[in-house]
Amino acid sequence: MTAFADSWFMSQRDLRNLVRQPWWIAISLAQPLVYLLLYSAVFRKVTEIPGFAADSYIDFFAPGIVVLTALFSGGWAGMNIINDLDRGVLDRFLVSPVTRGALIAGRLMQQAMVTIVQSLIIILIAFAIGAHFPGGIVGVVLLIVAAILLGGGFGALSIALALVLRREESIIGAVQLLLLPLTFLSAVFMQRSLMPIWIQDVARVNPVDWAATAGREAVSSSVDWSLVLSRGALLLGFTLVCAWLATRAFRAYQRSV
Amino acid sequence: MESAISARDLVKTYKRVRALDGLSFDVEAGTVFGLLGPNGAGKSTTVKILTTLSRPDSGAARVAGHDVLRQPDRVRRAIGVVAQRPGVDIEATGRENLELQGRLYGLRGRELATRVESLLERFRLDEAARRIVRTYSGGMQRRLDLAMGLVHRPAVLLLDEPTTGLDPEIRVEMWAEIERLVRDEGLTILLTTHYLEEADHLAARLAIIDRGTVVAEGSPEELKSELMGDSVVVELGRPEANGNATGAIERVPGVREIALDGQTLRARVPDGATAVPAMLGALEGAGVEVQAVTVARPSLDDVYLRHTGRAFGARDRDREEDAR
Repeated sequence: MTAFADSWFMSQRDLRNLVRQPWWIAISLAQPLVYLLLYSAVFRKVTEIPGFAADSYIDFFAPGIVVLTALFSGGWAGMNIINDLDRGVLDRFLVSPVTRGALIAGRLMQQAMVTIVQSLIIILIAFAIGAHFPGGIVGVVLLIVAAILLGGGFGALSIALALVLRREESIIGAVQLLLLPLTFLSAVFMQRSLMPIWIQDVARVNPVDWAATAGREAVSSSVDWSLVLSRGALLLGFTLVCAWLATRAFRAYQRSV
Repeated sequence: MESAISARDLVKTYKRVRALDGLSFDVEAGTVFGLLGPNGAGKSTTVKILTTLSRPDSGAARVAGHDVLRQPDRVRRAIGVVAQRPGVDIEATGRENLELQGRLYGLRGRELATRVESLLERFRLDEAARRIVRTYSGGMQRRLDLAMGLVHRPAVLLLDEPTTGLDPEIRVEMWAEIERLVRDEGLTILLTTHYLEEADHLAARLAIIDRGTVVAEGSPEELKSELMGDSVVVELGRPEANGNATGAIERVPGVREIALDGQTLRARVPDGATAVPAMLGALEGAGVEVQAVTVARPSLDDVYLRHTGRAFGARDRDREEDAR
């Protein structure tokens, strides 16, 4: 109970600090919206490729961009930790009786709330410019859950990296060098069966692909539930392992001070 | 009666550097205890161990009756901490900072609100309470930091260099605040500092630490009276003749503890007024040029010099040069 209350207080703080930076919210939404508009224009003819299943590229891409946005906002989560580290805020939390897990859980909860709002905005705008979500409300909810799990997993990894390396550059580097390739090695932009075999193989072990596949399947017209559940389960496992790693990183940090 | 803080043989090594090398001391409840030493002596490491942030490689410590290794959670509830880096959230307001801090220690509802208001008022932050801390002056941030350390009414307060980097008048203000906490609320305070005057002014007892171990301990008066007599500091002129200075001074009766540190010669004498003319005569006879002479009653600086073999300032200067 205390652990939950502590997590909530931490989330509250993060949310409040986020809301005080409206330009950051604007930037983090502008990028996916620009992607949504540009990619669906550039790749419109992709639907003519034999074997491409969706009727329009925006139908195909909209779930992908939801997942992609959650991935990137998760990737940047470590930046806040580095700020707190540099300013001594983290040390102050660590000498208080706050449960250690709450320091991670609080951030991941805030991350999840941000992902819900971001996803809803993207889905509404995608809907407004012509995307279809035949899977309905249930499908959309599952898509958002997939986005939350992916964002949470990479958020925890980013926090772990921040605690171990303690430099902003390491977070920037990891986001730039790791996340974008991971999205291209997944079904975010292109249907899996139309990608080269080696990319299909890589995608099989890529959490970004699990989220994109599960989320897209959930909002499709005839849902393959075994696909949604299997990818969803893998994704959940990934998120839990990452959260565990982040708590280990906390211990490593405390050993080094 | 059990001490409010007791440290026993603390050892802590970072990579190849031994930060603490068998450090021990005791703090009586309701007093201010000063840990005095230059940067890198092990003060912050000691505070990190006593506040459960860090674990010693060996040794033990108890704070407010609880073992820091076995009962860290109890220690955390009993202590207030003001660390060297202000741990305030500069993106939040003063009141939000205090409220979050209170919640983390289990304060809720009306109790929390009352406590936060009284601290804001007491630390003269009530008018700025709704402002983002980023807009606060250094002194205001420090006061908020201290208020946050007190929100849960701790029995023991640990202050790690609370006045480093503050303007002199704000430093005096902090001193008054710390004295008030001990006098009116009976807190036990452990204070680390590398300002001799701060330790002299605030601490009932103090330990001088150097290279991770306590080299002297006592009240400031005890430590100073141990020295017996005045200190004489002579600034020498031409470096090439300085080698003769020590030998010349040694022949003056009653002069003890002669130390030559660059251009500065220090010595201790029973009475400065009678010894100085004889010393100057001896130096002149040896062909050593004298630029200035000062005679001083013993200060903590002298205590430090005596116990570590080096002047307090010189140690810091060397470290800065090492760092470059």
